[in-house]
Amino acid sequence: MARALIHVPPTAKRGEVIEIKTLISHVMETGYRIGVTGAPIPRDIIDQFVCTYNGEEVFRARLFPAIAANPFISFFTVATDSGTLAFSWTDQHGKTQVETAQITVE
Amino acid sequence: MPDGNPRSRRDFLKVAGVVAGCGALARVTIRPAAATPAMLADAIRGVVGEAPVSKGKVTIEIPPIVENGNSVPCAVSVDSPMTATDYVKAIHVFNEKNPQPYVISIGLGPRAGRASFSTRIRLADSQTVTAIAELSDGTFWSDGVDVIVTLAACIEETTH
Repeated sequence: MARALIHVPPTAKRGEVIEIKTLISHVMETGYRIGVTGAPIPRDIIDQFVCTYNGEEVFRARLFPAIAANPFISFFTVATDSGTLAFSWTDQHGKTQVETAQITVE
Repeated sequence: MPDGNPRSRRDFLKVAGVVAGCGALARVTIRPAAATPAMLADAIRGVVGEAPVSKGKVTIEIPPIVENGNSVPCAVSVDSPMTATDYVKAIHVFNEKNPQPYVISIGLGPRAGRASFSTRIRLADSQTVTAIAELSDGTFWSDGVDVIVTLAACIEETTH
């Protein structure tokens, strides 16, 4: 669907609070803009973002047209175990893109 | 002037002016209506219900003067220990003057470790942006920040 950038620290100490940064390329068209023909440009946004850590949901966001194009979200989680962080973005048409990142916890 | 009928030309120009004026007016009316304070109040009530919202605990950070409303850094953090019994459940961000009052709604739990996030938002006008946090004990806390926007998002960029 689109290019996604994810920053997760590759290693962390157990119990450490880590910052995760994500960005996905998307127009986030608001539906309020008028195109060159005079017709409104239809709304096209990502409206849901979920992050899971080894299958457990740690962060969720509902996005609205007031989020800038190429939505950037940064947040925190506790590094509990080595494993996989999965990030999923769902657009208003129900299309989902999933990206993953590995983390090693000592 | 060889044209023996200057009046018709003047009339033509008058009519042309009126037509052009109407065109400009029509373009202005196409602009989406900004969210009204009532819409903002409704949106907040939809999240909070009848519960009181107190000032404090929440910090929302946006630069006070923004050159481009299309991408405005916005960070919200809530003062909370984020333990299994005392944590932030949700954070909602609202604006006053965009076409829609909602900006973003975050769901989190004790697994987050720190009740804080940042993103980039659109602002259609100079306005107050409000963040409301819902805690695990059912209380609501809020903070607001006034932002001056010199180039607005959503609206002015449309016809260029």
